[in-house]
Amino acid sequence: MRSPASPAHITLAEGLRLPTNGLDYAILAIYFVVVLGIGFAARRSVKTSLDFFLSGRSLPAWVTGLAFVAANLGATEILGMAATGAQYGVAVVHWYWIGAIPAMVFLGLVMMPFYYRSKVRSVPEFLLQRFDKSAHLLSSALFAFAAVLIAGVNLYALAIVVEALLGWPQWVAIVVAGFFVLAYITIGGLSSAIYNEVLQFFVILAALIPICVIGLKKVGGWDGLTGSIEKQHGDNFMTAWGGTGIGDANPLGANWLTIILGLGFVLSFGYWTTNFAEVQRALSAKNLSAAQRTPLIAAFPKIFIVFLVMIPGLVAAVLVPKIGTPGSDLTYNDAIPYLMQELLPNGVLGIAVTGLLAAFMAGMAANVSSFNTVFTYDIWAKYVVKDREDGYYLKFGRLITAIGVFASIGTAFIASSFSNIMGYLQTLFSFFNVPMFVVFIIGMFWKRASMKSGVWGLLAGTTAAMVNYFWIYKQGVIDIPTDQGANFVSAIVGFVAGAVVMVVVTLFTAPKPEAELAGLVYGTVSPGMEDDAVEAGDDAWYRRPALLGWSAVVLAAACYVPYSF
Amino acid sequence: MSDLQKEVSELERKSATAARLFDIRRIIGGLFVVYGVIVTIAGLTASDADLKKAEDININLWTGLGMLALGLFFLVWLKLRPVVAAAAPEDEQEQEQE
Repeated sequence: MRSPASPAHITLAEGLRLPTNGLDYAILAIYFVVVLGIGFAARRSVKTSLDFFLSGRSLPAWVTGLAFVAANLGATEILGMAATGAQYGVAVVHWYWIGAIPAMVFLGLVMMPFYYRSKVRSVPEFLLQRFDKSAHLLSSALFAFAAVLIAGVNLYALAIVVEALLGWPQWVAIVVAGFFVLAYITIGGLSSAIYNEVLQFFVILAALIPICVIGLKKVGGWDGLTGSIEKQHGDNFMTAWGGTGIGDANPLGANWLTIILGLGFVLSFGYWTTNFAEVQRALSAKNLSAAQRTPLIAAFPKIFIVFLVMIPGLVAAVLVPKIGTPGSDLTYNDAIPYLMQELLPNGVLGIAVTGLLAAFMAGMAANVSSFNTVFTYDIWAKYVVKDREDGYYLKFGRLITAIGVFASIGTAFIASSFSNIMGYLQTLFSFFNVPMFVVFIIGMFWKRASMKSGVWGLLAGTTAAMVNYFWIYKQGVIDIPTDQGANFVSAIVGFVAGAVVMVVVTLFTAPKPEAELAGLVYGTVSPGMEDDAVEAGDDAWYRRPALLGWSAVVLAAACYVPYSF
Repeated sequence: MSDLQKEVSELERKSATAARLFDIRRIIGGLFVVYGVIVTIAGLTASDADLKKAEDININLWTGLGMLALGLFFLVWLKLRPVVAAAAPEDEQEQEQE
């Protein structure tokens, strides 16, 4: 069955075929064996449902931290961000330095104590504790739906790329990748997913660094790159903030205000602090200190990864000046595959193919392994089959993992109607995650916020973001130049609508009894505090969350300096 | 303590992950040593066409050595700082059987 790919991709299939040989395939085969091996080796550690879904809350911080960054470093992210770099230039750094670091630090320093101490096993479960069943059921259902959808996006993208690069028919790629993800998560649970993410993190670095090194040499180093780009695209292409004054035109279609508020505050806080696929990694850490350090340790590689995706994007823009325009065979998403084909000899090429496939599978696995947790703990065990023994939920978790993989295969085709994969994902996040963040932040810091205000905030925020995107923007009621710019604005609209509705509903409905809020709201004492006993060694200065967090923020701000003037 | 906290604490007591899960450093170390050796050999035997394609950088050699170093780093780290054995789980017979 041929999926509805864009014509550019189909004509591309021959053009981007990589000259892989036996050496490259051997490297790929070794990886697949190791992936399965991790699944089988992790099997003996799975005894309870908590082992399967949250690694028994027992992993060290460096493992969960690298998994935290790798779960986000799926191939859609890598190809999509290189595409953003080729299309918008250095402005892509906004997605990292302002669009990720502050939110990750906020998650670690401010929100994690509430999450971890309350012992919730998922993000929706926190809403059940803080608000009521309707908020819980709504967010669980939305999350489960979105997770399967995004897993499908990953699978579809993988099939397109593998067909173009290796010449495998799409259904082969889907079946092979689906089978491996299915096998290693069903067998080894979250530990298996997290361990594979850590491994994938290093393989993808080994793939991207050679591309950047050779790519830079080809265009004459950083100075040569800057010179060529500025000649082709103008000076603003190599700056982070150039042309972002309100009313100025720039390719991103956004101004500094919508970048800071929309991307930096609403979208990124919504994604990083309430997306369970991310938060789950921190919840599987062995104690509160490790849970807090999970997103903070992840922040440091995150600051520098942008160079590994931006440089290939910019190099591709120099080598193929027409990239992404109707006059070129290449779309923006082809930046990295194009450089792999042009620059990498066999050997490193095998590593790069392996890294890309590993990233696709990890991106899918992160969503499947969070989907099965929410579906089992939050939907099945709370509303369908309640109060059974733990072994039943462990079995059910394995079953729903398989169902989730099959469902994501089915949804893979939805992804094809948007030209830029990242734009598609961000659109989804602005609908689902934006209101989640409003509800969390108000729920955690305002004791009075009533039980009913949660669900109404979620509904109002999601609706407002969708109306803004599909009606006000798509129908041209207000003129916003690009999809990305419209995403930022939709996010702000959803946030404000959610906040206003929560406050209004709170004024007319009953608050949650104070006793039930212990440990969930700022200013209450958690009954689980005694678990916080600091483990030997965790009091070392370099493990202090505040120091790690603020260092990351300062470093990210400092990174802006060379690209701001 | 809420019901949820009691339930999760109970599951944490029964959990086997801390006691039985292997150390990922062994896998990262092993895989990267293997990859490092393979890619380094590809670099030592690189053809002129390979070199020309990669802008006269012997990228296989450098990447291979880098991966080898990373792999060895993880193995050495594992050797110097092995995980302290977790507290014995409640059901020791079961563990011995496996």
